Amino acid sequence: MADNGYVLLRHREIPDLDSLEVYRKHGGFQALEKAVTRMKPAEVTEVVKASGLRGRGGAGFPTGLKWAFMDNQIWPHYVVANADESEPGTFKDREIMEGNPYQFLEGVAICAYAVQAHLAYVYLRGEFWQIAERLDSHLAAMEAAGLLGERLFGSDYSLRIRTHLGAGAYICGEETAMLESLEGKLGQPRLRPPFPATFGLYGKPTVVNNVETLTNVPRIIEFGADWYRSMGTEKSPGPKIFSLSGCVNKPGNYELPLGTTFRHLIFECGGGVPEGNSVKAIMSAGASSSLIVANDQALDTPMDYESVPNVGGQLGSASVIVIDSSVSIPWLINKTVHFFRHESCGKCTPCREGTFWMGHLTQRILDGTAKPEDVDLLYDVGGQMRGKCLCALGEFSIEAPRSSIERFRSEFDLAPSQPKTAVDQG
Amino acid sequence: MLERKYLAEKYPQEIQNILDKYPAEQRRSAVMPLLYLAQRDKMYINREDLQEIGDILGITLTEVASLVGFYTLYYDQPKGVYHIQVCTDLPCALRGADRFLAELCDRLGIQPGETTPDGLVTIEPVMCLAACDKAPMFQLQSGAGLTYYENQTVENALSLIEQLRKDASGRRVSARERGRDGNG
Amino acid sequence: MTKPVTLTMDGVQIEVPAGTLIVNAAKMAGVDIPVFCYHPKMEPVGMCRMCLVEIGRPVIDRATGEKVLEEDGSPKIQFSPKLELACATPVSEGMVVLNKSENAKRGRKDILEFLLTSHPLDCPICDKGGECPLQDLTMGFGPGVSRYLYDEKKHLAKQYPLGELIMLDRERCIQCGRCVRFQDIYAEDPVIAFTHRGRSMEIVSYSDPGFDSYWSGNTTDICPVGALTTMDFRFRARPWELRAAASLCTHCAVGCNLTLNVRREAVSGGEWVVKRVMPRQNEEVNEIWICDKGRFGYHYAAQNPERLRQPLVRKNGELEPASWKEALDLIAERFEQAGQGLLTLAGGRLANEDLFNLGKLTKGLGGKTVLYSHMGGGKLTSRVGLTPGSNLIDLGAGSGDEPPDAVLVVGCDLEEEAPLWWLRVRQAARRGAKLIVLNPRRTKLDNSASYVLRYPFGNAAMAVLAMVNALSQKQPDLPESVQALSRDPDLQAAAKAFAEARNALVIYGSEGMGLVESSALAQACANLLLTTNHVGRPNNGLICAWPHANEQGAWELGWEPDENLVESLKQAEALYIAGADPVSDDAAYQPSFGSDKFVVVQDLYLSQTARLADVVLPVQSWIEREGSYTSGERRVQRFYPALPATTALPPKAEAPGVRAASVLTRSAPELEGPQADYAIPALIAERLKIEALNYSNAAVVFAQIGETIPVFAGLTFQKLAEVHEQWPIVGRGDMYYGGTTYENTQGLGVQLKLAAPDAGQPPLAWPQVVDFKLPSLGMMAFPVTRLYDQGSTLMRTELLHQRIGEPYVVLNGSDAGRLKIADGGKVRITFSNTEQSTIVQVRLDNELPERVVLVPRSYGLFISGPTPVEIRQAN
Ligand SMILES: Cc1cc2nc3c(=O)[nH]c(=O)nc-3n(C[C@H](O)[C@H](O)[C@H](O)COP(=O)(O)O)c2cc1C
Ligand code: SF4
Ligand code: FES
Repeated sequence: MADNGYVLLRHREIPDLDSLEVYRKHGGFQALEKAVTRMKPAEVTEVVKASGLRGRGGAGFPTGLKWAFMDNQIWPHYVVANADESEPGTFKDREIMEGNPYQFLEGVAICAYAVQAHLAYVYLRGEFWQIAERLDSHLAAMEAAGLLGERLFGSDYSLRIRTHLGAGAYICGEETAMLESLEGKLGQPRLRPPFPATFGLYGKPTVVNNVETLTNVPRIIEFGADWYRSMGTEKSPGPKIFSLSGCVNKPGNYELPLGTTFRHLIFECGGGVPEGNSVKAIMSAGASSSLIVANDQALDTPMDYESVPNVGGQLGSASVIVIDSSVSIPWLINKTVHFFRHESCGKCTPCREGTFWMGHLTQRILDGTAKPEDVDLLYDVGGQMRGKCLCALGEFSIEAPRSSIERFRSEFDLAPSQPKTAVDQG
Repeated sequence: MLERKYLAEKYPQEIQNILDKYPAEQRRSAVMPLLYLAQRDKMYINREDLQEIGDILGITLTEVASLVGFYTLYYDQPKGVYHIQVCTDLPCALRGADRFLAELCDRLGIQPGETTPDGLVTIEPVMCLAACDKAPMFQLQSGAGLTYYENQTVENALSLIEQLRKDASGRRVSARERGRDGNG
Repeated sequence: MTKPVTLTMDGVQIEVPAGTLIVNAAKMAGVDIPVFCYHPKMEPVGMCRMCLVEIGRPVIDRATGEKVLEEDGSPKIQFSPKLELACATPVSEGMVVLNKSENAKRGRKDILEFLLTSHPLDCPICDKGGECPLQDLTMGFGPGVSRYLYDEKKHLAKQYPLGELIMLDRERCIQCGRCVRFQDIYAEDPVIAFTHRGRSMEIVSYSDPGFDSYWSGNTTDICPVGALTTMDFRFRARPWELRAAASLCTHCAVGCNLTLNVRREAVSGGEWVVKRVMPRQNEEVNEIWICDKGRFGYHYAAQNPERLRQPLVRKNGELEPASWKEALDLIAERFEQAGQGLLTLAGGRLANEDLFNLGKLTKGLGGKTVLYSHMGGGKLTSRVGLTPGSNLIDLGAGSGDEPPDAVLVVGCDLEEEAPLWWLRVRQAARRGAKLIVLNPRRTKLDNSASYVLRYPFGNAAMAVLAMVNALSQKQPDLPESVQALSRDPDLQAAAKAFAEARNALVIYGSEGMGLVESSALAQACANLLLTTNHVGRPNNGLICAWPHANEQGAWELGWEPDENLVESLKQAEALYIAGADPVSDDAAYQPSFGSDKFVVVQDLYLSQTARLADVVLPVQSWIEREGSYTSGERRVQRFYPALPATTALPPKAEAPGVRAASVLTRSAPELEGPQADYAIPALIAERLKIEALNYSNAAVVFAQIGETIPVFAGLTFQKLAEVHEQWPIVGRGDMYYGGTTYENTQGLGVQLKLAAPDAGQPPLAWPQVVDFKLPSLGMMAFPVTRLYDQGSTLMRTELLHQRIGEPYVVLNGSDAGRLKIADGGKVRITFSNTEQSTIVQVRLDNELPERVVLVPRSYGLFISGPTPVEIRQAN
């Protein structure tokens, strides 16, 4: 981000950005003040719409449009920031909340103002216990400084933000499951429609946005939609944090404009794969992704919402897991299926039974006890789940197994005798 | 019916603070933080605490207890004073997490999921903890909360456990306080 | 009315109201779309994914807003790429639904295969086998073979009791959540829940006792597989061996329609026995639900070694077996001697036919009839009660400009006194009706109320008069305390909502009240209805939560209770007691049964009262005969014989319904075994040549009622047996919806017209109310009703008696503290009026006012109304 500097990971440039004083010294909360004192709520939404910001939680839904969908016949409104961050390979929201928390909270506040919510929650995964404690003290600091509470900046607008901890359930990242969980129930997705914009938290209109999405907002309000659109691509504007993990020398978060190529991320930023191995496959949306065959075409594909599908993948939350030539694909899909089997909430039949059945098959394939037809059966079971699940978890769970059977079939025929992974062989 | 008031008497302020987070007519939302409060008291949640939480919120014991089964961070059975949970999900596994867990357990003479014979540490694998770039890593849960330990080696982990053991035997204190020391 | 929508279902064009869900539209058109999680009585949740269908919608040109047409002029239809949920998608104009296409069929097969990977397939030993939607659907659509490895199937607990009533088979559960949702939405007892996730997700109950709800049995009906079964039925019979007899519940005034499933079996010595009780659909009465008392509390009426089988006559001080001829001859002689000195005391459990004949006999002799009840006001419920066309299911928010309906529940713990009304009133409130709960203490219904109002114990009638006063100031010389009450803003708001309601009705009960107080309350309620013009139209009027099934019927037939019953009994020369056991309620009645008095008791068992009688006559239970009851909503309904009558020894088996048990031979001397309650007075009357009463057939007796009692004019058993189609459609071939709830084919009953006012008594009269004050010292006991009590009908159940604890009273915590009594401790309670003194357990309720003691009725202590008591610690 040479020209603009960091938009999201600004703490990497500015020491102690997690102190309110430092954050304010660097222009913090001017965007909120501008919004609350000089803009109508709808204008804020318009600017965000114009910026082309798309949800960073995975689905890439236009953020301004989501805010505009809020039902104004029903009140009160709520905002819930999705800090559940549980997709394997995703660790960007955590860095934002640890390093640049005030920018995120300012984003929550601006969003709340735009939809006229007076209460917002940050739903964090339970493991982020320490982050929640720190956010609580940041929120207390904001209240003390008059940045939260009654009559902000002398206006009529008042706002409170609270944290809420989940307790170890990936499904609670799904927005309606998150709302159920926040209501004190089992975190199981709701049947939709109605969508949260009409029937959300406590049955009231609610915006749910990802942490990274909201962290963009203060900068957009401050510098405008055109500035924002100067980064990224036309349909996928702005910067994005890519969480790079797996078989790379320098894993970590990289803030890059959308549209940067896989090659740049893996080799320039990540320093390539270890020990001279080659990249075999890329999973760009965490465990929920299909396996992209890492040929030259794929490596040169720009990472944005439109281009990644062209090579048979999804951008999702941009958690790029690099799979090198040492990794056994049957081992890998057993891992991912095991994850979904463990995390399936149990509410709908195809996901509950399908992930269990798939897990049964991948384990047999890995153990060498499978029959030759079992690979086809695994493929079929996935196909049988497709398009029938209540929420995307079930749909995601089949991506890795099905794509790898399609694209790495030869590895399955050899599976039993193959090493598990290079790393594990030790 | 006489209501039990163990939590209410021990943590009046904490309970009030939790309830204040939610709209008055939506008390049920406070159930998850109250479960954490009860869990920190003894590293698991017993039936009496579950019932008391239900009474505080006006929901049934069954409604409260069903959450404990659904959410993996809650325990209704006593385990070790400390829980070490090693992420062995795909990204971490690609960086040797499975082997790390196996070796650590070997060195302690237990199987993953088991507790050391002195009842001090339970070690188990968990799903992704959003620290994939710093594997091998684990989280340490105790009465005082939850801490991440990243970029670990088996030796690091063993010396941490040694430290926990010393702290625990050095003074006879409640599990809750021991937990706090462990994170100090 | 909403505009109808036209759509095509498997090629057939149908028209349904807008907003109808596709599954229901299909059902209306006779098309079965399979479902598991969906139930027409609950909102869709889309969990099971069984109902997937292909849906096409007309393509609309964005520019013109017109439908795009195909070349042949038909509208162009676009099918969505994924299958969609028929259970959650409402119909839309021009929609095309494919339920039988290859795609839809494949989707169904896929889901079934998933479900079967974890299902035990133990149909041969499953209680649901034969009426199981999963079984039927698997046969219909399922894959022929499973690709899942059965030897690696996960095994789960097959016997997991959720309590003493309901058993869960974890392997069979398909996680549809119907049971959990029912308990939450209808029963308001979320005491079962899902826990764990994914394939481990399972139903649990942590309540004490397990599955602590009066409604638990309904979950076994709506469970679409054999996962939930009742303890009294599981492994006892297969559904296809059972015969179904239409019947009614006799436990309260609601009149729930039941099906009694019976079979003849070797294990019962070749006798016909009742195997289970199920609800029978009547959307105007109980919909498809019943409470657990109705479901599990029938054993007292079935064959039972303790049942009376022969008449007994007292000889030399002992009751000895006698022939019917001997007994009846003796009775006729003594009743004739007594003449006007005869008093007939009858209970509200007796059928219309019984009460009619008993009344005719008694009046024919110039004697006196008394209804044995602790509640009054039946003249008013008959005059300003419900009218034909009333149905609680129609109550709600009102549509368009109409104001919402209102229901006032006063002096009543409705779930305890009339469970199904509680359920239906609560649903009405959920639909938007204004619910006003006016009680002296907190009850479960408060949770659903728009207005919760309290009055001091003892002041129910005054509180209602205060509502009248708040509206119209009509009541002359009200005590100042009432006037003060009527200035309460909440009460005023509630009164206003009631007055303005589109329809308004009042349900009163007997919380803390005896006969005198409940009569005054009924009058006050009638006044409220009359002054606000909520009388004479469907869904308006007064309803009493009578303690027995047919008390409303008794009033309609001219029976009334007596405020001075002890005195009247004493003065009578002869007593004829049917369906009542006053002596076991209250020892105070015992002296009235002196040796100089001729006492006849007809009953199922040798009750305490029967033990004091000169002649005891065995009767048939409602299971063994036919007849009719009039519910609190004034609906006259028929019940049919399910079992052959218990005979004089030894029992002989006969097919139910084939030879109705009550068909007797004409010659009385040959009578054997128990007889119907209506037959006995007729046989006595025949000897006395008073009036020709029919003793052979309930239908004939009922026809006589229709001819002689104006409100019953024109009614016959045939009329009561009429049915019309009900929604939702349950119990047909597919069985997806009602589970195994039975369709009603034998009568929905008929609601009575309002009784004409009789000249002497205008309906609008002002009751005498006393400003009731608690004594400044000492304690005051008030009777309350508990659904599960120690009455003879419950103590003889196979299961429910386990839920009945030892006798207890309820005290406020600070009173208990003063008396140094802990929760669960023992006290000695002494009633000031009778000096009756007993040791009982104490339960605490801190919401109870101080110095108030609640005494549950039929729970080991007799209490007829508010009574001063002394309470002391008992060691
Ligand atoms: C199974 C599942 C897990 C999800 N987990 C997360 C998550 O951890 N964080 C997140 O922001 N969104 C997650 N999402 C996406 C959310 O449902 C939702 O789309 C998102 O929070 C919307 O925010 P955005 O528009 O800002 O991206 C998940 C979705 C599914 C189906
Ligand atoms: S897809 Fe899986 S996680 Fe989503 S509702 Fe169905 S069972 Fe639950
Ligand atoms: S999903 Fe439609 S009936 Fe279950």
